[in-house]
Amino acid sequence: MSKVIEGLLYSESHEWVKVEDGIAVIGVSDYAQSEMGDITYVDLPSEGDEVAAGEEFGALESVKASSELYCPVSGVVEEVNSELEAAPEKVNEDPYGAWIIKVRMSDAAELDALMDAAAYSKITE
Amino acid sequence: MDQSLKTTCLHDEHVALGAKMSPFAGFDMPIQYSGIINEHNAVRTAVGMFDVSHMGEIFIDGPDAEKFVNHIFTGDVRGLLPGHILYGMMCYPDGGTVDDLLVYKEFESGFLLVVNAANIEKDYEWILAQVPGHEVEVFNDSESWGQIALQGPKAEDALIRYFDIEELRDLEFYTFYDLEDEEGGRIIVSRTGYTGEDGFEIYASPDNIKDMWEAFLEDGVVPCGLGCRDTLRFEAGLPLYGDELSPEISPVMAGLSMFCKLDKPEFIGKDALAAQKAEGVARKLVGIELKDNAIPRAGYPVELEDGTVVGVVTTGYHSISLDKSLCFALVESAYAALGTPLFVRIRKHVFPGEVIKKRFYKTNYKK
Repeated sequence: MSKVIEGLLYSESHEWVKVEDGIAVIGVSDYAQSEMGDITYVDLPSEGDEVAAGEEFGALESVKASSELYCPVSGVVEEVNSELEAAPEKVNEDPYGAWIIKVRMSDAAELDALMDAAAYSKITE
Repeated sequence: MDQSLKTTCLHDEHVALGAKMSPFAGFDMPIQYSGIINEHNAVRTAVGMFDVSHMGEIFIDGPDAEKFVNHIFTGDVRGLLPGHILYGMMCYPDGGTVDDLLVYKEFESGFLLVVNAANIEKDYEWILAQVPGHEVEVFNDSESWGQIALQGPKAEDALIRYFDIEELRDLEFYTFYDLEDEEGGRIIVSRTGYTGEDGFEIYASPDNIKDMWEAFLEDGVVPCGLGCRDTLRFEAGLPLYGDELSPEISPVMAGLSMFCKLDKPEFIGKDALAAQKAEGVARKLVGIELKDNAIPRAGYPVELEDGTVVGVVTTGYHSISLDKSLCFALVESAYAALGTPLFVRIRKHVFPGEVIKKRFYKTNYKK
């Protein structure tokens, strides 16, 4: 049974979002990391890149396969977690601590389309 | 699980161990148990075991068995000693590959052909279609046999602990022994594998295979899934049918000419393969090392610096044992020389690399 954290928002493509002062902190869920297995590479965007809700912003690579990351919100990449370049396994070890990017949101209303912890738990059961 | 999938005799064991299961070659197979990296390293440094019961066993016997096998197989079985094994391919007349396989020369008479699971039916029909004019019996006995691949530097010790037969240490690479269980059932132990390490492949009845699996588990042998089977064979430069060999990819294109004995009087595909060797092939399989950690995957384009596409990745990984991003790729022959700079397009970016030898990892066979 994978872990789902209360207070975060979740996308159907298994990204989580934590909102802090107009910034969306984005990572992948425990379910996503456990489905992927050992993550060996994180393909990150650049700071300043524009991202759109539902569009690809990077990828996680496990030994076996590559999984695209989809941005749950639109905006501009404020910061990327470059620690993951050298230590991609942190996504497996601590999926809710190992954030991937921070996005300055252009349309906070997009958050309404995301799921809360209870709804997300249901789709990963 | 999809009910149309077949299962091996060890299916319950995989489920009980909590393996991640996935369809492969029509079977519901374990992809990983503890994790691909852990399992991969167990085989490189200690001993792991794989359920390879899905592989096919086709027996060929009769007065013309040797002549017939030599007709359908790229290797030369004339003079092959009983208890010895050859690796090679079956080819179509145009040189395309039907399958790659092991041929075991039996002690009594005849041959055992061990073929890829995905190709059992296709191979069996292909072999039967070549029979007219030969006095042979062909028997697809795949359902009666289970198989475990016991692989790694400590495989020999684990094998001896189970069978308690010291003579098994003397088995040479690409040879086999026949053993008997208490009821007279046959057990084949061969010093072969698909990992680049020393190891054994053990063929036996489903009951014996289940017993062995349990005993090896208790002995500390690490259960390994198809995930690391692929990373291990890839590092050792070994092809996978469907990726590096296919009806469109001949053994010559795949760099496996050494397994095509063109000095034999005849075999199916000989003329085409000889012509490919003499005149050159349009595309060749190469190894590429990237100068970045991005991971090339099957299907990604291989390009020149100016963006011209000259090939395609067939298998790629961030190599677990070598910590490098590596791939096999089928590229236009003009760009297949060692040291040629090539680029792999990975999503939105292009990463530079160069052609290197396909055997990425120094293999540790017992010769």
